[in-house]
Amino acid sequence: MDTALTLNHFLFVSGVLFAIGLAGVLIRRNLIVIFMCLELMLAAANLTLVAFSRFNVQDGQPAYEGHVLLFFIITVAAAEVAVGLAIIVALFRSRETTDVTKINSMKF
Amino acid sequence: MTFLFYIFAALALVGGIGVVLNKNPVSSAFAMIVSFLGLAALFIQLDAYLVGILQILVYAGAIMVLFLFIIMLLDVEVEEKRAHPFIASLGAAGIAGGVTLLVLTVLKRSGIGDASFPELTPVEGSGNTDVHRIGELLFGQYWFPVLIVAVLLLVATVGAVVLSKKQLR
Repeated sequence: MDTALTLNHFLFVSGVLFAIGLAGVLIRRNLIVIFMCLELMLAAANLTLVAFSRFNVQDGQPAYEGHVLLFFIITVAAAEVAVGLAIIVALFRSRETTDVTKINSMKF
Repeated sequence: MTFLFYIFAALALVGGIGVVLNKNPVSSAFAMIVSFLGLAALFIQLDAYLVGILQILVYAGAIMVLFLFIIMLLDVEVEEKRAHPFIASLGAAGIAGGVTLLVLTVLKRSGIGDASFPELTPVEGSGNTDVHRIGELLFGQYWFPVLIVAVLLLVATVGAVVLSKKQLR
């Protein structure tokens, strides 16, 4: 392994990716793109988890509990996307728009 | 190795910026797939082979395909005007810059990230890859969360079916 790569590099990439996803959630108006930026934030957190798991070496092996948690995070993200998109489709059926600024009343 | 890291990190970040700035939602979805490929390459660089492949299979292969199906189903148009008003983009850039500065400060102040790659001792035998270790943990120590995640997937499936029924007025 190259000795110039430290944990800082990976944590910085993860932080910047999280910030980009956060900016996307805040400024986009399309519901689906907001949802995609949310998944981007989740993926950035995954990178942090894997980086710490690799650098936390026990008995010459990385700490694989981080990978197990990642397995669960990916599964939960898939379930969340399925249900979230079903909600978006139901919303689109009743409002005929995916623009967040137009969905501003709770009236059925 | 460092050179490869910079390439994949740039891929992940440029893909992320592409998701935020594209007017066409399909282009955003493709930029997201590119970002996930960069992320999976970073995982593999961190010796996480199973999770890297799972990232491509599940995230880029299933979740993004689902997104593209929904975009095509809802027939989302390309936004004609700017995708976001200018003041909002300034504010969002400020927030993103603020979070990045926060991350930098935390990394510099505490010495968390100063360690370089620790050495791994290679294990003898053929049944000792990371897939085996993760499998041992999943079926041994963490069997209960696996069952709960199975119930969660069932609930999500039933919920998605119920939510997509046409409401009778």
